[in-house]
Amino acid sequence: MGSLFRSEDMCLAQLFLQAGSAYDCISELGETGLVEFRDLNPSVNCFQRKFVNEIKRCEEMERILGFLLREIKKADLPLPDRDVNPVAPLPKHIMATMEQLQRLEAELSEVTRNKEKLQKNLRELTEYTHMLHVTKNFAQRGSEQDPPQAQYEEFPFLERDAALDYTGMQRMGAKLGFISGLIQRPKIEAFERMMWRVCKGYTILSYSEIDEYLEDPDTGEPTKSVVFLISYWGELIGQKVKKICDCYHCHLYPYPSSREERTDVVEGLGTRIQDLNTVLLRTDDYLRQVLKKASESVYTWYIEVKKMKAIYYVLNLCSLDVTNKCLISEVWCPVGDLGAVRQALEEGSRKSGATLPSFVNRIPSNDTPPTLIKTNKFTSGFQNIVDAYGVGTYREVNPAPFTIITFPFLFAVMFGDLGHGLIMAVFAFWMVLYENNRKLKNTRNEIWNTFFEGRYIILLMGLFSIYTGLIYNDCFSKSLNLFGSGWSVKAMFDAGVWKGSDIAANRFLILDPNITGVFKGPYPLGIDPIWNLANNRLTFLNSYKMKMSVILGIVHMSFGVVLSVYNHLHFRKKSNLYLVFLPELLFMWCLFGYLVFMVVYKWLAFSAAESKTAPSILIHFINMFLMQSSGNQLLYPGQIGVQGFLLVIALLSVPVLLLGKPLYLYWLHNGSQRLGMYRGYERVRRGSEEELSLMHAQDMEEGSGHSDPSTSREHQKEQINFGDEFLHQGIHTIEYCLGCVSNTASYLRLWALSLAHAQLSEVLWRMVMHLGLRVDTSLGVLFLVPVFGLFAVLTVSILLVMEGLSAFLHALRLHWVEFQNKFYSGNGIKFSPFSFALLASSFDHDGFP
Amino acid sequence: MPSLLFCGPKMAACGIVISIWGVIMLGMLGIFFSAKSAVLIEDVPFTEEDIRNDKFPPQAIYSLYNQVGINCFIAAAVYVAVGAVSLCQVRLNKRQEYMVT
Repeated sequence: MGSLFRSEDMCLAQLFLQAGSAYDCISELGETGLVEFRDLNPSVNCFQRKFVNEIKRCEEMERILGFLLREIKKADLPLPDRDVNPVAPLPKHIMATMEQLQRLEAELSEVTRNKEKLQKNLRELTEYTHMLHVTKNFAQRGSEQDPPQAQYEEFPFLERDAALDYTGMQRMGAKLGFISGLIQRPKIEAFERMMWRVCKGYTILSYSEIDEYLEDPDTGEPTKSVVFLISYWGELIGQKVKKICDCYHCHLYPYPSSREERTDVVEGLGTRIQDLNTVLLRTDDYLRQVLKKASESVYTWYIEVKKMKAIYYVLNLCSLDVTNKCLISEVWCPVGDLGAVRQALEEGSRKSGATLPSFVNRIPSNDTPPTLIKTNKFTSGFQNIVDAYGVGTYREVNPAPFTIITFPFLFAVMFGDLGHGLIMAVFAFWMVLYENNRKLKNTRNEIWNTFFEGRYIILLMGLFSIYTGLIYNDCFSKSLNLFGSGWSVKAMFDAGVWKGSDIAANRFLILDPNITGVFKGPYPLGIDPIWNLANNRLTFLNSYKMKMSVILGIVHMSFGVVLSVYNHLHFRKKSNLYLVFLPELLFMWCLFGYLVFMVVYKWLAFSAAESKTAPSILIHFINMFLMQSSGNQLLYPGQIGVQGFLLVIALLSVPVLLLGKPLYLYWLHNGSQRLGMYRGYERVRRGSEEELSLMHAQDMEEGSGHSDPSTSREHQKEQINFGDEFLHQGIHTIEYCLGCVSNTASYLRLWALSLAHAQLSEVLWRMVMHLGLRVDTSLGVLFLVPVFGLFAVLTVSILLVMEGLSAFLHALRLHWVEFQNKFYSGNGIKFSPFSFALLASSFDHDGFP
Repeated sequence: MPSLLFCGPKMAACGIVISIWGVIMLGMLGIFFSAKSAVLIEDVPFTEEDIRNDKFPPQAIYSLYNQVGINCFIAAAVYVAVGAVSLCQVRLNKRQEYMVT
């Protein structure tokens, strides 16, 4: 039976899985997500476990799938809808998938390699074309006019054109050679200098820059290149030049010697570039086709492989029995779900067609089970914020169901603005309406996910803020006059207290409620709107909010103490009821409960007529502790006697709290030693089963819980723990008593934050909106439009986000510390079941779109 | 015709939200100013002379109230226009997204 009040009853169970159907059974269990597996082979290294080969195969497939997904993402192909949920495939089916994946990977890498080669070729040819184009200018220039650069006096006849050059060289008997190519722009100066120094003027270097960025064949990045042409003669020089070109990583291309050759080469290059482009286009298309086909099933494969890996991981946690035919595993399982587990095992056995069924067997255990609390989409948010402090101890009272109401309420007390609450509620309502929208659910923005997970919390916070905004009568820092104010200014004039001249003469005038007609009665709901116009607004509101905070704090803390009763009753520690719970409650109520009583009494018993002489609660409260009389008026007759009585009770409850429990346990363990012997004698005499079981039950109730053979061991145990017990109880007492004072003061943050919020809101209105409203020129209305936009942005960012987060944090702290330390220990481990649904979330975190 | 799209999807969504809020809030402010609500007295731009030289009090203040109220209504109308523009942007963004995928 699922219940939010207390965590589920858990049991340790043993699963006996037949070797043939183990895989299917675990697959079924993973789909339903009911049990948590325990590791039965903790000392075994992960490489020595039984199914390590299968896991390696799964990881190999994951690697290929990752590669595929990256390629698909690079090619900008859309992935199909992600709502499929395939079952884990059988091992024999997975071989086909594995082969398919490997084939795809090989094909893709080959195609990509070819494509890269082709692209490199294309780039080289492009460079060659550019080079030819540029050097054409060199040759033309050389033939038309004297070249302005590289004049060498020793060889003046180089000024003629290329054809003449050749004949000139022939006359000299040496061969003129040309080397042409491209070099990167930054290197050309060094290159030229090196050429000059090494070849000592036997070469001529002419170069010219290419204007556009060409793609470097090796890296594919756009670079600026320079085309150069080196003319030299002599074989040795030629070799030196080639070596230097190699050093500088130049791309050398053959230089055509005649014009016809040049035009031929250019044409040929043009055709080849066109061909290459066509081939590249076709390759691209083919690649896209292959990827498109793969993208249809890649998501299914991914889930299948992940499920398979999870199943093998769990199989590794099991141990083999002696016959090697059966896998045994231990699981934690909720008692209520044992039937469902049995069903899942039957289903798995049926699917695998095994003759012998697998079954589950409950075994007793002394270990503390993990804590499981079943939640739905509404309660999971609140359970999460409780678990963030500490997961509840096994079978402890869960504060979450109460947090559903108290947390938004305490937030709203600190936030308290109708307009802001409305905006927050609308925002949360929008999130709730669109909660099934896939795009909203699956974004990977952490901050958005945090807000989205808490959408129900925010919705409740907003709704409660609307309520407290009505009570504080605060809407964007202005009050709403719904029912008509209870104060009347006219009555002051009618009574003759004020005259017309008073208004001009005085800056502030005080409305006196004692004069008839001025105060007509309290406002029906919330704070009277006239306070918004009053100058002493904060004096009134501060007193009201501080008292309200203390009252709320005492109520909240008392509720926490009362909840501890359920824990004491459940864990069968009835003595705690009288020795721990009662002193705690008496201490808190006699002191702080009396303070609350005084506050409420003063509100009810004193009216405006006695306001000047009403006694101060603070002074009376201090005098209560000092055991003095305050000298002036009493709150009620007999106050001194009542206060003295309450103080005595509170002071007496402290030693009871400090010493009660340890002394009781001491008496129990020492006194029952004698009792134990007596009981043993009785058992020997009677020996009937009924009596034994009755006495056993009595033992359990008294909390000693020892049976005959283990008596001596229990004695030993209690002997050692007595000092511990005393220390623990001492710490608890000091913590509780001092904590009562400090925690009550801590609840004053309810007042402080609501004051801060109201003031910030008022400042924002005065500084921003007021400027837009008070312009009275005809163009003023256009000023109002951007001013309102600014007001809206600042309201959302400062008042909603910043103040909202602040109030959230403080309300959370009040719950975690002041409320929960009265009854909650939070020492449990969270139940993490083996469930495929929990695996799916990691898909999004792996960086896949 | 060049694309009329000038802001992204998030900006357009913000525009719609602020426009709706602006219309509602400025509309209500206009109503409250026209109803001469006392709480809003600080936002009405009156001066000492207005009060002193008033022949028929409180008509001067009332007319100022009405003026501010009308200002608010006009601003609300401007926000209706802004909201319509933002809605167009949202539709255009959706259409562009649909065309790409």
